Amino acid sequence: MKITLNGESRELTGPTVQEALAQIGLAEAKVATALNGAFLPAPARAATTLKDGDALEVVAPMQGG
Amino acid sequence: MPVFYGTEVESPLMLGTALYPSPAIMAEAFRASRAGIATVSLRREGGAGQDFHALIKGLNIPVLPNTAGCHSVREAVTTAQMARELFGTPWIKLEVIRDDDTLCPDVIALVEAARILAEDGFQVFPYCTEDLSVCGRLLDAGCEVLMPWGAPIGSGRGLNNPYGLRSVRAHFPEVALVVDAGIGLPSHAAQAMELGYDAVLLNTAVAKAGDPVAMARAMALAIEAGQLAHAANPIEARDMAAPSTPLFGMAVLG
Repeated sequence: MKITLNGESRELTGPTVQEALAQIGLAEAKVATALNGAFLPAPARAATTLKDGDALEVVAPMQGG
Repeated sequence: MPVFYGTEVESPLMLGTALYPSPAIMAEAFRASRAGIATVSLRREGGAGQDFHALIKGLNIPVLPNTAGCHSVREAVTTAQMARELFGTPWIKLEVIRDDDTLCPDVIALVEAARILAEDGFQVFPYCTEDLSVCGRLLDAGCEVLMPWGAPIGSGRGLNNPYGLRSVRAHFPEVALVVDAGIGLPSHAAQAMELGYDAVLLNTAVAKAGDPVAMARAMALAIEAGQLAHAANPIEARDMAAPSTPLFGMAVLG
């Protein structure tokens, strides 16, 4: 399916968010997720199925002031 | 030392983690400053986030994630929720910006976001203006800390409105107050502490100095000096001179 991952169009098989993260090498990474603008808690990733056109944001700790 | 939501931190200096020449210099600046809190952010994972996470864990001080760059209540709330999970803390430095030239807080959206987050169990550190009404609204919304700006973020202009900051201190004597943003020099940080503020939050003044480690140390010393001075009850300024050397006993020579 085609989803928007961090603003870029990507073809991922999913079907869950957890599996999509594994496909992009972030299965074990320290990241937080938001699906279509809403926070998606880590424990919900395995039970959340992606669909065509979804927008997934995957963020990590970064420098800040 | 300042107490934020029941947690005492070890220094009144809160230091940002951005804009340093290198991660090693950042870590050295933190050691030199003995900062009590490190501010951090969340950004799209492009590969650098995992190393950065290890770096900040190595600092061994509490982290305060921010919502920098957020322009709406929804963005700020979602960012805060992600930060709470990622960093394992209910603390959030709440920034909601409207004007990109001044990075002035959107105080209307700020109060709304603060209310939503406080009701959800967050401990909110709002980046706000020194307006007494806004500060009062933020306290009504559930904030126990206020962080009025000294000057626009990154401007290094110091305390633009010492009168306003003094008013906030006087009106809310029991609230933990932090001057956040605008600090350029150690003297600015000292002035904030002399006004009776509990802490100072700065980043650019250290990170973009020619020698960030030396500036980190200078800021730490200035903040300690300002804190001691406030506790020592400074004299009032006056318009006319008042001789310090006794006039009594002066020889008559002319």
